[in-house]
Amino acid sequence: MSSVPNKVVAMPRAASQDTLIAFRGVDLDLAGRRILEGIDLEIRRGEFVCVIGPSGCGKTTTLRLIAGLFTPTKGSVEYDGKPVTGPRRDIAIVFQDYGKALLPWRTVAGNVALALEAIGMPRAERSDRIAALLDKVGLGKHADKFPNQLSGGMQQRLQIARCLAQNPSVLLMDEPFGALDAMTRQALQDEILQIVRSTGTTAFFVTHDLEEALYLGDRVVALSPNPGRVGEIYDVPLPYPRDQLTTREHPDFLRLRRSLFDFIKDAES
Amino acid sequence: MTAGKWRGLVVPVGLLLAAEIAALVSPVSSDTLAPPSQIFGAGFIGLGDGTILKATGQTMLAALGGLGLGVGLGLVFGILLGLFVILDRLMEFPVEAFRPIPSVALLPVAMLAFGFGYSMEIAIVAFATFWPVLILTKAAIAGIEPRLLEVSRALGFNLFQRVWKIVLPAALPRIFVAFRLAAGVALIVAVTVEIAINPLGLGYAMMTAQQSLNPALMLALLLWIGVVGWGFNALLMLLQSRLFSRMNTAEAR
Repeated sequence: MSSVPNKVVAMPRAASQDTLIAFRGVDLDLAGRRILEGIDLEIRRGEFVCVIGPSGCGKTTTLRLIAGLFTPTKGSVEYDGKPVTGPRRDIAIVFQDYGKALLPWRTVAGNVALALEAIGMPRAERSDRIAALLDKVGLGKHADKFPNQLSGGMQQRLQIARCLAQNPSVLLMDEPFGALDAMTRQALQDEILQIVRSTGTTAFFVTHDLEEALYLGDRVVALSPNPGRVGEIYDVPLPYPRDQLTTREHPDFLRLRRSLFDFIKDAES
Repeated sequence: MTAGKWRGLVVPVGLLLAAEIAALVSPVSSDTLAPPSQIFGAGFIGLGDGTILKATGQTMLAALGGLGLGVGLGLVFGILLGLFVILDRLMEFPVEAFRPIPSVALLPVAMLAFGFGYSMEIAIVAFATFWPVLILTKAAIAGIEPRLLEVSRALGFNLFQRVWKIVLPAALPRIFVAFRLAAGVALIVAVTVEIAINPLGLGYAMMTAQQSLNPALMLALLLWIGVVGWGFNALLMLLQSRLFSRMNTAEAR
């Protein structure tokens, strides 16, 4: 430690009214190794934040901190002004490995029901809610199938439906479309954008696909590795609704893509 | 039925015929062997007058009672040790110290504690089936996809919900294998206890037949015990395929 005394902050930093999630000087050590260092980041209510960075820079770890699956070694992660102490039902996680995150012994409807059981919804009210959720993600006709009878894209849709069943304020998504083919990925990107926009959900989306990050995000947070820290934050001024063709040809999109690409190249070198 | 299916019967039927002919030709009368015709005859008489069925009922009652007790306790402790690493560490020495004791070696103790009858036999069967269920349940829980446990944490399940909705169903296919293994052990141990000491069931009936120099009945009972064991296992296999066919992927993992 330096001998210079720490500056005392005169006023407790009042979170602006619409800050929902805040990292405040977060360090995280796992098994004696520093994974994240000095993370400061504020996420507004209803914002769509994408996280990119070279592999091993702690993208998933930041997501797990918000989820309450990890506790910071130093600093704090705040949700709605209060420190995150553990998982909470209004924060839902969409995992990348949908095949492992679904219950193979339950039907499609049963997997969605799991989240409703968690929030204690009475049995009688569940079936309508399940039907509505499955319709929303395009699985309305597959309620009685088992997960292993679905394609990868459908399994991921099912996981999204289960997360939506929690009625979450925050959707955490950990490379959710990384294992899907290009067409399915684009369809799901548009669906998730539509869902998040229409419900006002806050989204925290980890991806290694730079274009995906720009296409979905209001902001893109670029992490640097060893240890993971915030390298750069890019505002994405692209207009809504976003479109797979015109948005990706937008001059701002191309400019930002180049910046992100250069960032990753520098970070990896 | 095709010729291929009948081919499997050639050797056993041939051997039975050979045994029958050998018994007819040989001048020696035996206290331990009987020709197949007499064995089957004794078996049919025993089945007809209900004595074999009654003995079967006694053996199955003791075996199933012990199995239920052993599996129930093994399941509870297996889940606890599987979920809580600290408990597993604490119990490691006691488990490894008691597990290798042959269940039949407990006969003298069990006899002092319970006397002859069902309770003694049930206690010994329970002891014998407890360990495999405990160890395999623990292993089944260690083998649960960690992502599923994370899902249950993210959903905010309490311990009971976590066990009931995630842990048990996820481990069930493997736990059922443990149950089948334990069921086989239960029948073996029950008959062993009856042969050694307990005046009950098929084992005791076999000993009685042997001591009254009735090898035909003795061997008929031996065959019958094989049939019962085979039938019991077949029933459990059927149950297993019915219960878990829909989620065969989970079982294969």
